Amino acid sequence: MSAALDIASWALLVAGGAFCMIGALGLVRLHSFFPRTHAASVIDSAGAGLLLAGLLLQAGWTLVAFKLVVIGLLIFFASPTATHALANAARERGVSFEAGEGEASSKR
Amino acid sequence: MMFAAAALALLVALGLALARALLGPTVFDRALAANSIGTLAMMMLAVFGFLTGRPEFLDLAILYGLLNLVGTIAVLKFFRYGDLGDPGRPEAKP
Repeated sequence: MSAALDIASWALLVAGGAFCMIGALGLVRLHSFFPRTHAASVIDSAGAGLLLAGLLLQAGWTLVAFKLVVIGLLIFFASPTATHALANAARERGVSFEAGEGEASSKR
Repeated sequence: MMFAAAALALLVALGLALARALLGPTVFDRALAANSIGTLAMMMLAVFGFLTGRPEFLDLAILYGLLNLVGTIAVLKFFRYGDLGDPGRPEAKP
């Protein structure tokens, strides 16, 4: 039973780490602000969610698992609020919607 | 061992988010990168707590998440309204 748990949490942790990296890579590679908010939300939702699920399997029915659930709830409520405030402020302050506006990526 | 793999992935993600924070042309790119760094730091704290077998790190992660939210909202309010003035002002200064 615990071997199955270990394998499952191992897969979840690796997938969560992969999604965090993909989101961070999207954060760098995308060429204008609003697509980057999509990449940042990949980190918040898939990356953090899978990582927390992987850790939750390892923790079992303990106080540590409860704290992990609290962290999940915090991310669940906090990151949409922050992203909304961010997009609202950016739109009000005139960040353009066209791609390639903030052209600073070194790969060009 | 698997926690080390997850921690390494998070380190790479933190590096990339830091690159966007440095590169970001507009201040909102930097705020977005700071928000992502906050979430990644929370995950890093949680995974590191499991790696070293110390459950107190999860309290740090919760606290850091709260502080990160408050900080991001404060920065955005400053750049959105021009100053952290009285909340009663209806419209935004141009």
